[in-house]
Amino acid sequence: MPERKFLVSPGPHLWRGQSVSKIMYIVVLALMFPTAAGVYFFGYHALSVIAVSIAAAVLAEYTVKKLRKRAFVMDGSAVVTGLLLALILPPTIPLWMAAVGSVFSIAIVKEAFGGLGHNIFNPALGGRAFLAACFSVKMTTWVSPTGFGADAVTTATPLSSNFIWEGDKLSLYQDLFLGNTGGSIGETSALLILVGGILLIALSIISWRIPVAYIGTVALLTLALGQDAIFHILAGGLMIGAFFMATDYVTSPITEKGKIIFGIGAGILTVVIRRFGGLPEGVCYSILFMNAITPLIDRYVRVRPYGLVKKAKSEG
Amino acid sequence: MKVPESKLTAGSPIEPIPLPEKVIIPLHQNIGAPCETMVKRGDKVLTGQKIGDSERFVNAPVHATVSGEISATTMVVNPPTGQAVAALVITSDGEDKWVELEVPKEPEALSVKELLGKIREAGIVGLGGAAFPTHVKLSPPEGKKIDTVILNGCECEPYITSDHRVMLEYGEKVLSGLNIIRKVLSPDTIFIAIENNKTDAIDHLEELIVAMGLKEDFKIIPLKSKYPMGAEKTLIGIILDREVPIGGLPLDVGVVVHNVSTAKAIHDAIFEGKPFVERVVTVTGAVKNPKNLLVRLGTPLRSLIEYCGGIDGKAGEVILGGPMMGISQPDLDFPVTKGTSCVLVKESTPIREQDCISCGRCLEACQMHLMPTVLAKYAKAGRYDDCKKAYIDDCFECGACAYVCPANIPIVQYIKVAKSELIKRAANK
Repeated sequence: MPERKFLVSPGPHLWRGQSVSKIMYIVVLALMFPTAAGVYFFGYHALSVIAVSIAAAVLAEYTVKKLRKRAFVMDGSAVVTGLLLALILPPTIPLWMAAVGSVFSIAIVKEAFGGLGHNIFNPALGGRAFLAACFSVKMTTWVSPTGFGADAVTTATPLSSNFIWEGDKLSLYQDLFLGNTGGSIGETSALLILVGGILLIALSIISWRIPVAYIGTVALLTLALGQDAIFHILAGGLMIGAFFMATDYVTSPITEKGKIIFGIGAGILTVVIRRFGGLPEGVCYSILFMNAITPLIDRYVRVRPYGLVKKAKSEG
Repeated sequence: MKVPESKLTAGSPIEPIPLPEKVIIPLHQNIGAPCETMVKRGDKVLTGQKIGDSERFVNAPVHATVSGEISATTMVVNPPTGQAVAALVITSDGEDKWVELEVPKEPEALSVKELLGKIREAGIVGLGGAAFPTHVKLSPPEGKKIDTVILNGCECEPYITSDHRVMLEYGEKVLSGLNIIRKVLSPDTIFIAIENNKTDAIDHLEELIVAMGLKEDFKIIPLKSKYPMGAEKTLIGIILDREVPIGGLPLDVGVVVHNVSTAKAIHDAIFEGKPFVERVVTVTGAVKNPKNLLVRLGTPLRSLIEYCGGIDGKAGEVILGGPMMGISQPDLDFPVTKGTSCVLVKESTPIREQDCISCGRCLEACQMHLMPTVLAKYAKAGRYDDCKKAYIDDCFECGACAYVCPANIPIVQYIKVAKSELIKRAANK
């Protein structure tokens, strides 16, 4: 046998092969459900917003990586950010605004903090908050879901104070569940968000803990405040926030207990903002606030290591 | 956690390989103290003759594994520690002349002390991989009562089938060895833990237990095939619902775990008077004919691979042990030692480490409920004291965390570096 040298590498010598980019593209796949709903209800312009936002995100990531003299990896995370941002923008937003928001998400919220894995805030939510601060009128102009056909008519979102519903409750729930209502491109169809979210849970990409704790808290609190819990769950951005924003690995706690705390915290803040705050909707800011305290949660909420308590007993 | 089993050789009977022309016997093959040589260059030795020993308790002697002449002393790198250790080279005379084996007339009449002495003299260590001297494990300190013995036939590492074949082909000897363990420790309960991907071994041992009239004494526990099922602490948790304290040993919770191949070696030592000079090694992966081989200790890896038809396919790494915890070797000169259960030739996976995305998969995978990514971050930053506070010593380096890591972070490597730094610091204090 000819003499040969072999590679000496640390174990394990096996890898499951579930890479960051695979995870990101599975998330993109799951997001195709609310995306389809958004395009169905809000038509071509919604589709353009989505395309522009994704393109701007990838381009921004590429440019910033070059400027930072780091390797650009097409790991799919910029696609997820661009897509998520588009889904939480109003369907009538000018394309250039979507692009500005997307660049802000990537360049400032993500890369300025060190890139994927180091950002404190969810990039898409950070971009949305930035746009809301800069362009408050365009960011609060809503249209009825007219699809590809008739011209869109300005309307109120279900959570606005001037929202009026003249039908019975059941058909309101039905519209909210299916997505046939005013709102951001991808937030209206609870049904299709649920399909995507459950897919991610079934594939073990996300844990059930944050969405369940978040939505559960909103339901219990609104009930306690004598409000319509079903309405609060289905209306606005809670569903997409709970399943796709609050579950972002980087900006949410790493432990199981931490995730529950995160969900409960976001739930309380959302109800407080919706009920007592000056804004009709509070999902975006609730999650951003919980993002900010995630490092704190991770510092203090730790897992009990195997064999810890027993030893304390035997010593005491 | 599920890992692909890749047990290519589960159905291949154990084949003895021809005696090697020379063997290399490292003088340190166990956890604990090294042996000192008892022979010098030019000495003639017989198979089974003791050639290295130590006064220290935590040690196991080494024996000549072929008859012939001590032709050289050399240094080899001991895989688990990475330290160079002295080794004796024996050039075989091809005759395999054995020392006279002392077979007791009434093995049943031997006292516990005599049994322990024979096990020590035979040089037996834990054959599951740890290579901890068996007589030490069988001598619990005063006041520690062992109520349960677990015989470990899990073999949860992918690829390896040596224990599986030992259970199938030497089942009686395994159970007879377990009987000796019972006599030494007199526990209340004895379990035999086998993963349910080895139903043939479970059925075979079950039949033997009935035939040998041990039905009341030994209880087989079929377990799910999961990684790292065969780790002592995992087994104790699953079978007994007990937790070994951090920094402690199974005997702290009244348990001792022995490997099935160790039990077989104990049988050979007591009933046949044979020192531990050969073992079953699975040779697998990118070799032409993967096999289970009966190999004299000290046989160079090259001979094993040649016997299996040579390397066939993509071969980037040669690993001693399984793919999860095994240690890769730079070349094929290294010999089979007491702890070598497997030689795996496989393609090397290039590592491209990315930043942690805090997905939490390593936390889910960790049997010890540690936070592997946090340990790796501390280790990377040189925060070794923080590693200690985060219970780094509880990690037994099973590799589950790095296996599942999407960012491909070599977590175990970082942990190993931190552990060795902590040991250095403790030594300097």
